[in-house]
Amino acid sequence: MSDVTLNINGITVRADYGATILTAAHDAGIYIPTLCHCPDVSSIGVCRLCLVRIESRRRPEPACRTIAEEGMVVVTDDPEIERLRRVILELILSDHDFNCLLCPKSGQCRLQELVNRIGFKEHRFNRLDRVAKDLPIDTSNPFFDFNPNKCVQCTICVRTCHEIVGNDAIDMAYRSYDIRVSTFADQPLNESACMSCGECMERCPVGALVPKKAEYPNREVKTTCPYCGVGCGLYLGVRGNTIVRARGDDESPVNKGNLCIRGRFGYNFVDSPDRLSLPLMRAYDEFTQPSSVVEVTEEGRPVTLPLVKREGKFVEINWDQAIKYVASSLAHYKGEEIAAVSSARCTNEENYLFQKFTRSVLKTNNIDHCARL
Amino acid sequence: MEKSISIQSLEDYKIGSVESLRLLRETIFADQQTTGKLVSVCCGSGCMSSGSEHVRDAFVRKIKDHELEDEITVKKTGCHGFCERGPIVVAGPEKIFYQHVTKEDVPEIISETLIENRVVERLLYEDPVTGQKCFHENDIPFYQKQRRIVLKNCGIIDPTSIEDYIKVDGFRALAKIISQMTPEGVIEEIKLSGLRGRGGAGFPAGIKWETARNAPGEEKYIICNGDEGDPGAFMDRSVMEGDPYSVLEGMMIAGYAVGASQGIIYVRAEYPLAVHHLSTAIARATDMRLLGHNIMGTGFNFEIKIVKGAGAFVCGEETALIASIEGKSGRPKPKPPFPAIQGLWGKPTIINNVETLANVSRIALNGGKWYSEIGTPTDKGTKIFSLVGKVRNVGLVEVEMGTTLREIIFDIGGGIPKGKRFKAVQTGGPSGGCIPEELLDLPVGYESLAKAGSIIGSGGMLVMDEDTCIVNIARYFLDFAQNESCGQCTPCRLGTKQMFKILQDITRGRGKPGDIEILLELSDAVKQASICGLGMTVPNPVISTIQYFRKEYEEHIHERRCQALVCRSLIFYRIKDYRCKACLKCLQACPVDAIIGAKWQVHEIDQSKCIKCGTCMEVCPKRFNAVECVTGLTEVLRDQSE
Repeated sequence: MSDVTLNINGITVRADYGATILTAAHDAGIYIPTLCHCPDVSSIGVCRLCLVRIESRRRPEPACRTIAEEGMVVVTDDPEIERLRRVILELILSDHDFNCLLCPKSGQCRLQELVNRIGFKEHRFNRLDRVAKDLPIDTSNPFFDFNPNKCVQCTICVRTCHEIVGNDAIDMAYRSYDIRVSTFADQPLNESACMSCGECMERCPVGALVPKKAEYPNREVKTTCPYCGVGCGLYLGVRGNTIVRARGDDESPVNKGNLCIRGRFGYNFVDSPDRLSLPLMRAYDEFTQPSSVVEVTEEGRPVTLPLVKREGKFVEINWDQAIKYVASSLAHYKGEEIAAVSSARCTNEENYLFQKFTRSVLKTNNIDHCARL
Repeated sequence: MEKSISIQSLEDYKIGSVESLRLLRETIFADQQTTGKLVSVCCGSGCMSSGSEHVRDAFVRKIKDHELEDEITVKKTGCHGFCERGPIVVAGPEKIFYQHVTKEDVPEIISETLIENRVVERLLYEDPVTGQKCFHENDIPFYQKQRRIVLKNCGIIDPTSIEDYIKVDGFRALAKIISQMTPEGVIEEIKLSGLRGRGGAGFPAGIKWETARNAPGEEKYIICNGDEGDPGAFMDRSVMEGDPYSVLEGMMIAGYAVGASQGIIYVRAEYPLAVHHLSTAIARATDMRLLGHNIMGTGFNFEIKIVKGAGAFVCGEETALIASIEGKSGRPKPKPPFPAIQGLWGKPTIINNVETLANVSRIALNGGKWYSEIGTPTDKGTKIFSLVGKVRNVGLVEVEMGTTLREIIFDIGGGIPKGKRFKAVQTGGPSGGCIPEELLDLPVGYESLAKAGSIIGSGGMLVMDEDTCIVNIARYFLDFAQNESCGQCTPCRLGTKQMFKILQDITRGRGKPGDIEILLELSDAVKQASICGLGMTVPNPVISTIQYFRKEYEEHIHERRCQALVCRSLIFYRIKDYRCKACLKCLQACPVDAIIGAKWQVHEIDQSKCIKCGTCMEVCPKRFNAVECVTGLTEVLRDQSE
């Protein structure tokens, strides 16, 4: 489709056909404030901060929902519009717990940015009940907290859960001033249908949904998620030699910036003291000393073998020994006698190699896959 | 072709063609000419609440006792509109209009009016001005200035009887339209009539229909909006309860014009009688093949079902209503897309108010030109208002557009009771504004009321007298608005809440200088920035009261005075020691024992205990008149009195 040309604040702007005024303006470097807009999800125009004046329209229209039309004349910041925005911002602030110094979102908060951009001088309105009541914070989820006192009802989290995740664990409940983000039947998050993927937390513009462990990384390392065969691109935020955060790689064609619970929160195993660093082998009563290394015979069997199945313990061996043992064990069987099962935790490449090995070396088609984590 | 129908087979009669409808109408006419006397008891919600069910039961029982079942028929009708005077009974061939009828009056009406053909004088309506007794409905001043087009069947027909409706030209308009006119012709006729939406916004119905007709799509819907939510309004309720078939007929005509085969009536669950009457009507019409497949053999199909609303005020807004029908929570969506193009399930949808649709069959039958000659050059037709508040004749009135507010309130409504002074009239419910006495000669119309800062809205008309505190009224409407806001958009959710808080502070004596300016600024922001019609209009009560009664706001804020003696924090009661006769009456009546005194000892009110209920003033004998209620700088006055 062809482009459209419109006029924003006296500047001629070209926009893609079907683009909103907000996109057109942002692409042209014209700032329009917004709180409830998130490019990843559909726009619903509820914060009303992106209102702009459009010539020939009776009322100001939300830029995030109005499609740019050929020849449109738009004004984004006449005094009237600026006054409206200031009143709306003041209203939001009158309902917001802005103890910014203690807020993990401070510095990255869209509301702070709006205050700087639109300007806010004094509290003219009454502080509202939401702040006075000091609603309980939902800390039930192991990875992130929901603080309703900071929520601005932008519904980005709800739209994310519905449109991106497709889980519909949360929705806006109740009406009027009591409207709030809620799980089904107001259960705590971890008892609800929430899968803790944290997509909502990533997009929350304010400090309502924040990770429990909020540490800023010093640098980021681009990598691939080791959990499953999908191979999501991710950035690991690192502090010293410790991973403190993971975020999806927007450029990755696989996940386009999204992550699941494992990719986003499941990085603790990297530094876990329980993590395996060498192959383990089940040894028998004679070899109970954990530190001792198992001797392997020519055939690859551990020395002193009563090959009776008994309860044994794991001991560490080195890779050579392990591979030798596996190879020698496999040598006892042929073709159809062997079946191989691979893992969803492996990458596609590893799985490919494994089936190749099974088919062409072990000479059997008995290869399967656990298919899920 | 069939030539006549025996009346016995009416129950199973199916209407297969336009001709058979005519035949049926003639048969019903002939049959009812021969049957005996009729007594109609109003069973609208207003009269029911004053006991008309018992009156009807008494009639049925007495007539049975007298073995007069063959001669006298008891009919349940819809609302007459004159709810102030309920229960209403219209009896005998002379159609004598009785008011305030109780079940004890029933034997007398039967023996006098129905048997002897005499009038029971004491039950007649007496004109308060001339003192004259009125025999018929049309003699009563309340009805004389009205022009009943939509309500013409209400109070006349039995709303559950399809035969009654057919008798009063029911479905004739539909027959005419589907057999003789093209859909485009129907739309032209509606456009010619100048009919505008009666739900509040006043959008021209013909243009809406045309948009939906031209919108691409096989499937289209007609929705009848019966989610009447304005406090004190009951126009749609009375039409649905009293004349449900005309709503169905209007929907069918709209369906034919737009090309829709499905209709949905969205009605509040709080209107059980309306739901009952509408579902009976749908069932009967379907039985008679007036609804469903191949109506009257013309190939036109139309089905109607009822969806009950859960009582959210905002669901009267088109897009919220659609969301509600779709099973989502009732929250409006920004327009465009307009429902006429993308409505229910994404299909073109017409949403018309009950009253608009009830007008349609009248227009279709008499022609758009006929309708366009009623009213004023800019506003056509009639409008039903529910006249409530401090007015003598509370009830439903249907007047031509262009009638002045003074005519409605003083001529039809009978003025303010108890000799009080008129103060203001609030039109359009929470979305409307207050109109002061100076503007009483304003003709009602969409633009004229808008200019005065109010709207016609769905037709609520709340009359206030001098005992009404205007700030308190604004607070009341904002309380309603902040509770009924859907809560999704910021200005409406938080703006109405803030406005309510400020108004509450003012009425509680905590007003601050500058509050009026903040209120006006908030009102403007909420009006301009909200998503839907609710937010755009709910500041109206505040804006209009500040515009016309700013002085009263200022008195509340600066002088802590409530002239109407309504705001409790700004008034207090005291006993005039020189008039008090120490009779102990108030002392005994006080619910919180705030009155100090004894026999032979002049009483005094302990202000720290007083809850300002006013009981002492009520019980103080009029000849003493020792208790007074004062307002003003309360603290100062209190100090003086102590």
